[in-house]
Amino acid sequence: MSSPASNARLLSYVDALAEAVAQEMRRDASVFVFGCDVDDHKAIQGSTRGLVEEFGVERVFNTPLSEDAMAGVAIGAAMAGMRPIHVHIRMDFLMLCMNQLVNIAAKSRYMYGGQVKVPLVVRSVIGKSWGQGAQHSQGLHAMFMHVPGLKVVAPSNAHDAKGCLTAAIRDDNPVIFVEHRLLYYADAFVPEEPYEVPFGKARVCGAGGDVTMVGVSNMLVECLRARELLAEVGISAEVIDPISLVPLDIETIVRSVGRTGRLLVVDNAWTCCGASAEIVAGVAERAANGRPLQARRMGYAPVTCPTTPALEAEFYPDPAKIAHVAHAMVRPDATPWRPDRRHAELAYQMKFRGPF
Amino acid sequence: MRLEVLSALLEREPSSDDLERIYRSLRLIRRAEEEIARIYPSDKIKSPVHLSIGQEAVAVGVCEALRPDDVVSPTYRGHAALLAKGGSLKGMMAELYGKATGLTGGKGGSMHLIDMSHNVLGASAVVGTTIPIAVGYALAFKRMKSTRVVAAFFGDGATEEGVFAESLNFASLHRLPVLFVCENNAYAIHTPIAKRWATDRLAERVASYGIPARRIDDGDVLEIRAQATAAVAPMRGREGGPHFLECRTYRWREHVGPNEDYDAGYRSRAELAPWQRNDQLERIGVLLAAGRRAAVDAAIECEIADAIAFAEGSPFPEREALFTDVFAG
Repeated sequence: MSSPASNARLLSYVDALAEAVAQEMRRDASVFVFGCDVDDHKAIQGSTRGLVEEFGVERVFNTPLSEDAMAGVAIGAAMAGMRPIHVHIRMDFLMLCMNQLVNIAAKSRYMYGGQVKVPLVVRSVIGKSWGQGAQHSQGLHAMFMHVPGLKVVAPSNAHDAKGCLTAAIRDDNPVIFVEHRLLYYADAFVPEEPYEVPFGKARVCGAGGDVTMVGVSNMLVECLRARELLAEVGISAEVIDPISLVPLDIETIVRSVGRTGRLLVVDNAWTCCGASAEIVAGVAERAANGRPLQARRMGYAPVTCPTTPALEAEFYPDPAKIAHVAHAMVRPDATPWRPDRRHAELAYQMKFRGPF
Repeated sequence: MRLEVLSALLEREPSSDDLERIYRSLRLIRRAEEEIARIYPSDKIKSPVHLSIGQEAVAVGVCEALRPDDVVSPTYRGHAALLAKGGSLKGMMAELYGKATGLTGGKGGSMHLIDMSHNVLGASAVVGTTIPIAVGYALAFKRMKSTRVVAAFFGDGATEEGVFAESLNFASLHRLPVLFVCENNAYAIHTPIAKRWATDRLAERVASYGIPARRIDDGDVLEIRAQATAAVAPMRGREGGPHFLECRTYRWREHVGPNEDYDAGYRSRAELAPWQRNDQLERIGVLLAAGRRAAVDAAIECEIADAIAFAEGSPFPEREALFTDVFAG
């Protein structure tokens, strides 16, 4: 993704999502898209734009506000040989589907002795800022990571958004596809032709020797900015994007920590029993290189997400906070260093304006 | 009345072959489950069994209306639906024993039976959960322009789950070929309907979704067969659309396990009596010539004995099987 292929053009995350779905729908008649609001004029922030016009109302359709049954319908259709994409404009709404996703989608292949498969994609968007608040902002991927039988992917850029969604649609298993609203307008070089970004293969996005930073979903972007800030004070951070959380490429992280001896995992979620806890534990159990492991986790403050910007800024990790923690890990005896937050602000964050 | 419904009703009078087939199915389920109950105290079957004894007529009557390529979606009280649809008795018995030759190789047990080779979808131990799965299967049939239908079985308790209402609405909105079959045995575990339903007008509730809905009070297997046949015929047509049958019935044994539980205090043997007098197995049995009935009975005993021998003689799964089929592919 760093060097553009000859046929790659700059494309936003949201357009990359729409392109992946359209290409797979052209390729495979069993793919269909449904969910609340997928066919209205806002088209899930544009991520389903043009689909109903091209593929018609039988393959792209709105649903009643019945997430529980619709999750079951998706699973049943998948068992019958179709490839549904069930879209949720907020990840928070997946809580209404938990019985179906946890008790049926995840378990069917196993508890039915391999007699069925469930090729299902569940798209879900994490919101942030502009007062999204308690129930429009939650990164709940860890809940799904906990249950065997579900794959969980959280692409951090447009290239991976297209490649992971293509791979998810072609996968014979249920895939929880985690998107972040603030990434929607971030551009990357995206090849025109269909391609898969394979699950279970992490990417080293920036090399470094002092500390390993793992960023999940949009926190990857924030880690990259933190890496630039750290470079200004002479600290070299290696940044890794896990891309998929289940399966998780722990080996790439272990190798990096084997060199740096320090691991900072930053998740767009709470840390308790979270992806960050899993990654730290996975590295610790593999005892990288026999060196003592210094590990830290960062994520949401352990509270419900507030709406006012004054408190919201305290709730989330940001590049300045990440750089501060990494600095303290590398130079525990130095004076604590706090980069200027305004200096660290990210363009993708400033682009976003409400109401959604 | 639509023509196909009328013709289906005219065809409701069963032939002697029909009666023998119906009897055979009722008898197979009854005897298989009686054998399961007999074996159960030996602890060879380490699986929670929810027996259908007394309720067989619902599954048998409905499956009479189905083609082999139609699909049934059973509940965790699902031995009856699986066998009525022609599912594997050997595979089911081996599954109860936890053997590698079981329908799910010992991974699912009695509550998660499945037999896709006979178009029996998997069952769930979470009440109501499979209703939308059946609807999704029917959505796929409609999209594939198939004339196949799905019969979705569930109990009276499942109709209290929100997903039931959601599923009815969606199936009706999209005119999906689903026959919803409520096996109303009057108890959710041990709690009677009077403690759970504001009114018992279930069929009326369902009809308000635009779904033709009927209630059959007496468990009459021929009436269930006739109503199911009348419902399924138009479902295969262009207009399709779901139908609903509420079949009142009665569970003769305890909720889970091999025994009776009339001494537990939540129901009386007097409540059971009319259902036993109305036993559909006997009712159809006396319509058969004695010689034919005896021949059917003997064949069923052989079939069950074979299935038990198969289950007992089969190996347990290898340890490596623990990690297979977490993911497909």
